[in-house]
Amino acid sequence: MAPVAPRSGDAIFANMERVNAELFTLTYGATVRQLLTDLEEVEEVNKQLDQMGYNIGIRLIDEFLAKSNVSRCVDFRETAEVIAKVGFKMFLGVTASVSNWDADGTCCSIILEDNPLVDFVELPDTCQGLYYCNILSGVIRGALEMVSMKTEVTWIRDMLRGDDAYELQVKLLKQVPEEYPYKDDE
Amino acid sequence: MATTACFIIVSRNEIPIYEAEVGSAAKREDAAQLHQFILHAALDIVQDLAWTTSAMFLKAIDRFNDLVVSVYVTAGHTRFMLLHDSRNDDGIKSFFQEVHELYIKILLNPLYLPGSRITSSHFDTKVRALARKYL
Repeated sequence: MAPVAPRSGDAIFANMERVNAELFTLTYGATVRQLLTDLEEVEEVNKQLDQMGYNIGIRLIDEFLAKSNVSRCVDFRETAEVIAKVGFKMFLGVTASVSNWDADGTCCSIILEDNPLVDFVELPDTCQGLYYCNILSGVIRGALEMVSMKTEVTWIRDMLRGDDAYELQVKLLKQVPEEYPYKDDE
Repeated sequence: MATTACFIIVSRNEIPIYEAEVGSAAKREDAAQLHQFILHAALDIVQDLAWTTSAMFLKAIDRFNDLVVSVYVTAGHTRFMLLHDSRNDDGIKSFFQEVHELYIKILLNPLYLPGSRITSSHFDTKVRALARKYL
Protein backbone atom coordinates (compact mmCIF):
# COMPACT_ATOMS: atom_id res chain seq x y z
CA MET A 1 0.00 0.00 0.00
CA ALA A 2 1.30 3.41 -0.91
CA PRO A 3 2.02 5.64 2.06
CA VAL A 4 -0.46 8.42 2.56
CA ALA A 5 0.92 11.75 1.45
CA PRO A 6 1.23 14.13 4.38
CA ARG A 7 -0.99 17.17 4.10
CA SER A 8 1.39 19.38 5.99
CA GLY A 9 5.10 19.45 6.52
CA ASP A 10 4.94 20.15 10.27
CA ALA A 11 5.99 16.69 11.34
CA ILE A 12 8.88 16.54 8.89
CA PHE A 13 9.94 20.07 9.76
CA ALA A 14 10.17 19.05 13.42
CA ASN A 15 12.68 16.36 12.50
CA MET A 16 14.78 18.43 10.12
CA GLU A 17 18.15 19.71 11.13
CA ARG A 18 17.90 23.43 11.57
CA VAL A 19 20.18 26.44 11.59
CA ASN A 20 19.68 29.74 13.31
CA ALA A 21 17.28 31.86 11.27
CA GLU A 22 19.38 34.99 11.52
CA LEU A 23 22.49 33.16 10.32
CA PHE A 24 20.52 31.83 7.38
CA THR A 25 19.07 35.22 6.48
CA LEU A 26 22.40 37.01 6.74
CA THR A 27 24.23 34.34 4.76
CA TYR A 28 21.73 34.64 1.94
CA GLY A 29 21.99 38.43 2.19
CA ALA A 30 25.75 38.29 1.94
CA THR A 31 25.46 36.08 -1.14
CA VAL A 32 23.16 38.55 -2.87
CA ARG A 33 25.36 41.45 -1.81
CA GLN A 34 28.43 39.73 -3.28
CA LEU A 35 26.62 38.96 -6.52
CA LEU A 36 25.64 42.61 -6.83
CA THR A 37 29.25 43.65 -6.36
CA ASP A 38 30.62 41.06 -8.78
CA LEU A 39 28.07 41.25 -11.58
CA GLU A 40 27.14 44.93 -11.23
CA GLU A 41 24.00 44.56 -13.39
CA VAL A 42 20.81 43.85 -11.44
CA GLU A 43 19.46 41.80 -14.36
CA GLU A 44 22.52 39.57 -14.26
CA VAL A 45 22.09 39.07 -10.53
CA ASN A 46 18.49 37.95 -11.07
CA LYS A 47 19.69 35.42 -13.65
CA GLN A 48 22.48 34.17 -11.44
CA LEU A 49 20.18 33.75 -8.43
CA ASP A 50 17.76 31.80 -10.59
CA GLN A 51 20.58 29.58 -11.81
CA MET A 52 21.79 29.01 -8.25
CA GLY A 53 18.26 28.12 -7.21
CA TYR A 54 18.00 25.70 -10.12
CA ASN A 55 21.18 23.97 -9.01
CA ILE A 56 19.79 23.70 -5.49
CA GLY A 57 16.41 22.50 -6.74
CA ILE A 58 17.69 19.59 -8.81
CA ARG A 59 19.45 18.23 -5.72
CA LEU A 60 16.86 19.21 -3.15
CA ILE A 61 14.08 17.26 -4.81
CA ASP A 62 15.83 14.02 -3.95
CA GLU A 63 16.04 14.88 -0.29
CA PHE A 64 12.46 16.07 -0.38
CA LEU A 65 11.16 12.81 -1.83
CA ALA A 66 13.29 10.72 0.50
CA LYS A 67 12.15 12.43 3.66
CA SER A 68 8.60 13.50 2.96
CA ASN A 69 7.09 10.16 1.90
CA VAL A 70 4.78 11.83 -0.56
CA SER A 71 3.31 9.52 -3.12
CA ARG A 72 3.06 10.25 -6.83
CA CYS A 73 0.92 13.30 -7.50
CA VAL A 74 -2.02 12.64 -9.76
CA ASP A 75 -2.09 16.08 -11.35
CA PHE A 76 -0.40 19.44 -11.31
CA ARG A 77 -2.88 20.76 -8.75
CA GLU A 78 -1.70 18.24 -6.24
CA THR A 79 1.92 19.01 -7.08
CA ALA A 80 1.40 22.67 -6.33
CA GLU A 81 -0.31 21.87 -3.04
CA VAL A 82 2.53 19.61 -1.99
CA ILE A 83 5.13 22.27 -2.82
CA ALA A 84 3.28 24.92 -0.87
CA LYS A 85 2.24 22.88 2.16
CA VAL A 86 5.04 20.35 2.52
CA GLY A 87 8.02 21.66 0.55
CA PHE A 88 8.06 25.20 1.87
CA LYS A 89 7.38 24.02 5.41
CA MET A 90 10.13 21.47 5.28
CA PHE A 91 12.91 23.72 4.03
CA LEU A 92 11.89 27.25 4.99
CA GLY A 93 9.61 26.64 7.94
CA VAL A 94 6.75 28.63 6.45
CA THR A 95 3.58 27.54 4.75
CA ALA A 96 2.42 28.95 1.46
CA SER A 97 -1.01 28.89 -0.09
CA VAL A 98 -2.02 28.10 -3.66
CA SER A 99 -4.57 30.08 -5.60
CA ASN A 100 -5.40 31.79 -8.89
CA TRP A 101 -5.76 28.64 -10.94
CA ASP A 102 -6.42 29.06 -14.62
CA ALA A 103 -9.07 27.00 -16.40
CA ASP A 104 -6.77 24.18 -17.61
CA GLY A 105 -5.11 23.71 -14.24
CA THR A 106 -1.65 24.39 -15.62
CA CYS A 107 -0.94 27.76 -14.07
CA CYS A 108 -1.26 28.85 -10.48
CA SER A 109 0.13 31.19 -7.88
CA ILE A 110 2.00 30.20 -4.76
CA ILE A 111 1.52 32.90 -2.16
CA LEU A 112 3.91 33.42 0.71
CA GLU A 113 2.82 35.69 3.54
CA ASP A 114 5.96 35.22 5.49
CA ASN A 115 9.43 34.87 4.04
CA PRO A 116 12.49 34.25 6.23
CA LEU A 117 14.86 35.32 3.45
CA VAL A 118 13.92 38.96 3.65
CA ASP A 119 14.14 39.83 7.34
CA PHE A 120 15.94 43.17 7.70
CA VAL A 121 16.06 43.74 3.94
CA GLU A 122 15.07 47.00 2.35
CA LEU A 123 15.77 47.60 -1.32
CA PRO A 124 17.83 50.75 -1.90
CA ASP A 125 17.12 52.93 -4.96
CA THR A 126 20.05 51.44 -6.84
CA CYS A 127 18.62 47.91 -6.83
CA GLN A 128 15.01 48.57 -7.81
CA GLY A 129 14.90 45.86 -10.48
CA LEU A 130 16.24 43.19 -8.17
CA TYR A 131 14.16 40.12 -7.41
CA TYR A 132 15.76 39.50 -4.05
CA CYS A 133 14.23 36.07 -3.58
CA ASN A 134 14.77 34.91 -7.15
CA ILE A 135 16.55 31.87 -5.79
CA LEU A 136 13.17 30.44 -4.73
CA SER A 137 11.79 30.47 -8.25
CA GLY A 138 14.93 28.66 -9.41
CA VAL A 139 14.54 26.03 -6.72
CA ILE A 140 10.97 25.25 -7.75
CA ARG A 141 11.87 25.16 -11.44
CA GLY A 142 14.83 22.87 -10.83
CA ALA A 143 12.95 20.53 -8.52
CA LEU A 144 10.00 20.12 -10.86
CA GLU A 145 12.27 19.57 -13.82
CA MET A 146 13.77 16.54 -12.09
CA VAL A 147 10.31 15.01 -11.76
CA SER A 148 9.68 15.57 -15.47
CA MET A 149 7.74 18.79 -15.38
CA LYS A 150 8.99 21.75 -17.38
CA THR A 151 7.80 24.89 -15.66
CA GLU A 152 8.20 28.59 -15.83
CA VAL A 153 8.28 30.41 -12.50
CA THR A 154 7.89 34.19 -12.29
CA TRP A 155 7.37 36.70 -9.50
CA ILE A 156 4.04 38.48 -9.54
CA ARG A 157 4.14 40.26 -6.22
CA ASP A 158 7.09 41.11 -4.01
CA MET A 159 6.82 42.68 -0.56
CA LEU A 160 10.17 44.41 -1.02
CA ARG A 161 8.56 46.34 -3.87
CA GLY A 162 5.64 47.42 -1.75
CA ASP A 163 3.16 44.61 -2.40
CA ASP A 164 1.32 42.89 0.43
CA ALA A 165 2.63 39.34 -0.11
CA TYR A 166 5.01 37.26 -2.16
CA GLU A 167 3.37 35.66 -5.14
CA LEU A 168 5.12 33.19 -7.41
CA GLN A 169 3.41 32.20 -10.61
CA VAL A 170 4.13 28.63 -11.57
CA LYS A 171 3.22 27.71 -15.13
CA LEU A 172 3.39 24.16 -16.38
CA LEU A 173 4.85 24.22 -19.89
CA LYS A 174 4.89 20.50 -20.63
CA GLN A 175 5.23 17.18 -18.96
CA VAL A 176 8.22 15.32 -20.26
CA PRO A 177 7.50 11.61 -20.53
CA GLU A 178 10.00 9.41 -18.79
CA GLU A 179 12.51 7.98 -21.19
CA TYR A 180 15.15 5.39 -20.71
CA PRO A 181 18.50 6.42 -22.02
CA TYR A 182 19.07 3.03 -23.65
CA LYS A 183 16.99 0.29 -25.17
CA ASP A 184 16.63 -3.07 -23.49
CA ASP A 185 18.26 -5.06 -26.25
CA GLU A 186 21.34 -2.89 -26.57
CA MET B 1 8.62 68.48 22.51
CA ALA B 2 11.84 70.45 22.28
CA THR B 3 11.84 73.66 20.33
CA THR B 4 15.25 73.08 18.81
CA ALA B 5 16.70 69.68 18.20
CA CYS B 6 19.10 68.46 15.59
CA PHE B 7 20.04 64.80 15.30
CA ILE B 8 23.08 63.53 13.41
CA ILE B 9 24.66 60.10 13.04
CA VAL B 10 28.38 60.12 12.40
CA SER B 11 30.04 56.97 11.11
CA ARG B 12 33.26 55.63 12.56
CA ASN B 13 35.25 57.28 9.78
CA GLU B 14 33.90 60.73 10.64
CA ILE B 15 31.31 60.91 7.87
CA PRO B 16 27.81 62.14 8.69
CA ILE B 17 25.48 59.40 7.45
CA TYR B 18 22.16 60.73 8.65
CA GLU B 19 20.83 64.16 9.57
CA ALA B 20 17.47 65.34 10.79
CA GLU B 21 16.11 68.58 12.17
CA VAL B 22 13.58 67.33 14.68
CA GLY B 23 12.71 70.53 16.55
CA SER B 24 9.35 72.22 16.42
CA ALA B 25 10.69 75.78 16.17
CA ALA B 26 10.29 77.69 12.93
CA LYS B 27 13.41 77.13 10.88
CA ARG B 28 15.93 79.88 10.66
CA GLU B 29 17.72 79.80 7.39
CA ASP B 30 21.20 79.37 8.78
CA ALA B 31 20.11 77.03 11.58
CA ALA B 32 21.17 73.83 9.83
CA GLN B 33 24.70 75.09 9.21
CA LEU B 34 24.99 76.42 12.74
CA HIS B 35 23.86 73.12 14.20
CA GLN B 36 26.28 71.17 12.03
CA PHE B 37 29.04 73.49 13.11
CA ILE B 38 28.38 73.01 16.82
CA LEU B 39 28.11 69.25 16.49
CA HIS B 40 31.26 69.10 14.44
CA ALA B 41 33.12 71.06 17.10
CA ALA B 42 31.91 68.60 19.74
CA LEU B 43 33.37 65.59 17.94
CA ASP B 44 36.79 66.12 19.50
CA ILE B 45 35.33 65.97 22.99
CA VAL B 46 33.50 62.78 22.10
CA GLN B 47 36.77 61.29 20.91
CA ASP B 48 38.36 61.93 24.31
CA LEU B 49 35.38 60.95 26.42
CA ALA B 50 34.38 57.78 24.58
CA TRP B 51 37.37 55.85 25.85
CA THR B 52 37.09 56.96 29.48
CA THR B 53 33.81 55.20 30.16
CA SER B 54 32.14 51.94 29.28
CA ALA B 55 28.73 53.59 29.12
CA MET B 56 27.34 54.22 25.65
CA PHE B 57 25.33 57.26 26.64
CA LEU B 58 27.75 60.11 27.33
CA LYS B 59 25.10 62.61 28.52
CA ALA B 60 25.61 66.29 27.81
CA ILE B 61 29.19 66.81 26.74
CA ASP B 62 29.20 70.31 25.31
CA ARG B 63 27.11 73.46 25.21
CA PHE B 64 26.75 76.49 23.00
CA ASN B 65 24.75 79.35 24.45
CA ASP B 66 21.51 77.62 25.46
CA LEU B 67 22.06 74.58 23.23
CA VAL B 68 23.37 71.32 24.66
CA VAL B 69 25.07 68.44 22.87
CA SER B 70 24.27 64.90 24.03
CA VAL B 71 26.07 61.94 22.55
CA TYR B 72 25.63 58.18 22.39
CA VAL B 73 28.47 56.01 21.09
CA THR B 74 27.71 52.52 19.80
CA ALA B 75 30.07 49.59 20.16
CA GLY B 76 31.14 50.05 16.54
CA HIS B 77 32.06 53.65 17.31
CA THR B 78 29.19 55.14 15.38
CA ARG B 79 28.15 58.32 17.13
CA PHE B 80 24.60 59.53 17.59
CA MET B 81 24.71 63.25 18.35
CA LEU B 82 21.78 65.30 19.47
CA LEU B 83 21.76 69.07 19.79
CA HIS B 84 18.89 70.20 21.97
CA ASP B 85 17.66 72.93 24.28
CA SER B 86 15.50 70.82 26.57
CA ARG B 87 16.61 69.29 29.86
CA ASN B 88 15.26 65.82 29.73
CA ASP B 89 18.03 63.30 30.32
CA ASP B 90 15.78 60.27 30.66
CA GLY B 91 13.89 61.06 27.48
CA ILE B 92 17.10 61.58 25.55
CA LYS B 93 18.51 58.32 26.84
CA SER B 94 15.42 56.41 25.75
CA PHE B 95 15.51 58.20 22.42
CA PHE B 96 19.11 57.12 21.83
CA GLN B 97 18.44 53.55 22.87
CA GLU B 98 15.52 53.19 20.50
CA VAL B 99 17.41 54.82 17.65
CA HIS B 100 20.20 52.36 18.35
CA GLU B 101 17.76 49.50 17.80
CA LEU B 102 16.65 51.04 14.52
CA TYR B 103 20.25 51.57 13.49
CA ILE B 104 21.06 47.90 14.13
CA LYS B 105 18.17 46.91 11.87
CA ILE B 106 19.59 49.14 9.15
CA LEU B 107 23.02 47.61 9.68
CA LEU B 108 21.60 44.10 9.32
CA ASN B 109 20.22 44.91 5.89
CA PRO B 110 22.59 43.07 3.55
CA LEU B 111 22.09 45.71 0.88
CA TYR B 112 23.28 48.52 3.15
CA LEU B 113 26.99 49.20 3.08
CA PRO B 114 28.21 50.04 6.60
CA GLY B 115 29.45 53.61 6.72
CA SER B 116 27.36 54.81 3.80
CA ARG B 117 24.45 57.28 3.98
CA ILE B 118 21.22 56.03 5.48
CA THR B 119 18.62 56.74 2.81
CA SER B 120 15.82 54.56 4.13
CA SER B 121 12.63 56.59 4.43
CA HIS B 122 11.29 54.08 6.92
CA PHE B 123 14.20 54.85 9.25
CA ASP B 124 13.63 58.58 8.81
CA THR B 125 9.95 58.35 9.72
CA LYS B 126 10.67 56.21 12.75
CA VAL B 127 13.38 58.55 14.05
CA ARG B 128 11.08 61.55 13.71
CA ALA B 129 8.33 59.71 15.52
CA LEU B 130 10.73 58.84 18.35
CA ALA B 131 11.83 62.46 18.55
CA ARG B 132 8.22 63.58 18.97
CA LYS B 133 7.70 60.98 21.65
CA TYR B 134 10.77 61.52 23.80
CA LEU B 135 12.20 64.99 23.25
